[in-house]
Amino acid sequence: MNINILLDGLSLGAIYALIALGYTMVYGIAKMLNFAHGDIIMVGAYAILTTITMYSNPIVALAIAVIVCMLMGILIEKIAYKPLRGASPLAVLITAIGVSYFLQGIAQLIFGAESKPIELPNMGNFKLLGASIRVSSIITLVIGAIIMAALSVFIKTTRTGRAMLAVSEDKAAAQIMGVNVNRIIMITFAIGSALAAFASLFYLMSIPSVTPTLGAMPGIKAFTAAVIGGIGSIPGAMVGGILLGVVENICKSIPFLSNYTTAIEFSLLIIILLVRPIGLLGKKRREKV
Amino acid sequence: MEKIQKKSHSFRIGNYINYIVITIALISFIILDNAGFLGRSDLNLLSRIGYSIVLAVSLNLVVGFLGELSLGHAGFMCVGAYIGCYFANSFHEIIGNQIITFVISLILGGLVSAVFGFIIGLPALRLKGDYLAIVTLAFGEIVRNLFKNLPYFGKAMGMQTDAIALERDTMYISSFIIILVVLFLIQNLIKSKHGRAITAIRDNEIAAKAMGINITYYKLFVFTFAAFFAGVAGVMYGHQISPITQETFSYNYSIEILVMVVLGGMGSITGSIVAATVITYINFVLQNELSGELAALKLLIYAIILIIVVIFNNAPKLKPIKEKCNIKYLFARIFNHHKKPEKINDDAAEWNRIESKINMDAILSMEIDVKSNTAFTPDKSEKGDK
Repeated sequence: MNINILLDGLSLGAIYALIALGYTMVYGIAKMLNFAHGDIIMVGAYAILTTITMYSNPIVALAIAVIVCMLMGILIEKIAYKPLRGASPLAVLITAIGVSYFLQGIAQLIFGAESKPIELPNMGNFKLLGASIRVSSIITLVIGAIIMAALSVFIKTTRTGRAMLAVSEDKAAAQIMGVNVNRIIMITFAIGSALAAFASLFYLMSIPSVTPTLGAMPGIKAFTAAVIGGIGSIPGAMVGGILLGVVENICKSIPFLSNYTTAIEFSLLIIILLVRPIGLLGKKRREKV
Repeated sequence: MEKIQKKSHSFRIGNYINYIVITIALISFIILDNAGFLGRSDLNLLSRIGYSIVLAVSLNLVVGFLGELSLGHAGFMCVGAYIGCYFANSFHEIIGNQIITFVISLILGGLVSAVFGFIIGLPALRLKGDYLAIVTLAFGEIVRNLFKNLPYFGKAMGMQTDAIALERDTMYISSFIIILVVLFLIQNLIKSKHGRAITAIRDNEIAAKAMGINITYYKLFVFTFAAFFAGVAGVMYGHQISPITQETFSYNYSIEILVMVVLGGMGSITGSIVAATVITYINFVLQNELSGELAALKLLIYAIILIIVVIFNNAPKLKPIKEKCNIKYLFARIFNHHKKPEKINDDAAEWNRIESKINMDAILSMEIDVKSNTAFTPDKSEKGDK
């Protein structure tokens, strides 16, 4: 098999994993499906587009995008989700959908509905084992791996990280032990949104155009990845994301399957859930009357 | 005992209000149409409201009565639309009569969609809540992907249905008749033994199982039943819009149907009808008024309405304000002064909503002066009594 397909798949998987981490962390801690998470990627993409036309430096653009996305994530949580804490999960889901539409509407109003090309510096290719490999895939893969490792260390070792674990285990008990649940939820949204900002830069490196609905498909795919890995589980999101990215790229490279890539990916989800209803690395919870 | 029987046999207008209102609406629309008050776009709107109501009511069966979250309703609609209209396209010349072709394709589209509903109901037996939601969403996307690429249905260009499209007035009248039939079937289902079993599963699955309710049977039944009506709605859609394209049936549309169900009130058929009408109307008006540059405003206004309504309806802190604005409460105050509005306490629902209200700061800041022992010494008056 061509090594490029595998590498591109891995880098796509890293993008999905970064987005899926946002879904899975918010689900684990706030017990809600944050449907607006995909649109945070879109916000990040527009932030990158705006800064890169001014400074043409991807590092500055990334920094600005991270800040914008974090602020956006915190703002959304405070305005739309916080009043609904303790309400039925469906109500929160509908609000999240409302927020998603809202972000798309704002973006369409400011930047227009048409897709805008974005010029990122071309990294070029290099030769390895006779195959020419895109540097951007390698960068995505390496930075993605570093971020995920850092996140794992952060959650396992720091006080805030362990507080997050505690809240996801049992909110009420964590509160009794002195964890400020509201603050933890805010931090979770901020981290998830920052990861989405990284994902939007990597996404733009492979598909360099920005539209208001840019976040929808990667959002849904990443959500699928989070569920495949077991929603609420952080290593699960990484495994699910990588798996989905590799499968997607392999399907796309086979001519008679390429049209049916979406169908195959979602079928993979259904099959995995049928065999293991809690996802690959999800935790089983016993249900009581 | 006699009293109870009397009550259940007596005519209660509440049971028939949906039929009455829809029939009156249909008659008045026919009169208005014949008098020439309704334009083309009004008739289009009526037909659109027609299939929206069918979709919302059938999804309510799954979400509101069975208590399972489904995000793939547009997928079933897609199956119905493509299969039903493919049939109608190929056979309308042989059958000859437009209405008969329409009815047959409605039933056929519904049945094929029901088969898919049965298939997607199978994972529903093993999965819960959000996992099931993503599986239904995945199903919708799979169906869309297949219809986009299979060679029989016009591929990405969509399927032409001009040949079988009904006249505008035939369309809205038949839409309303279909609504009446669907309402009759679903409302009677809910009142039957099946309906009680379904709501029992929603309220507590394990307890329902312990009472001897066959969970497998009823869950599959509801999924199949709801998918049938979604398929019917798809055929209705296909007979008024040409070409049918798979983009229409994306998960955004499933979500729009879910929004109708949630805003109308889960488990309330009347609510679904009202919400489907209002939301379709708002969408229609926004779409017509705001075109081109202002199309973004449509999304924005829709989003703001959605967020405000949901927060107002569900935020725990706004509950006292909401109760004061409740229409039922106002009516109760006006009509029967002596009766207080009935309040149903759902234990399960309350239990989920209990928040731990222990204020850690208050506990930590509480000072216990150990040296003077004032906190632990018994009251002096008690000592004196001894």
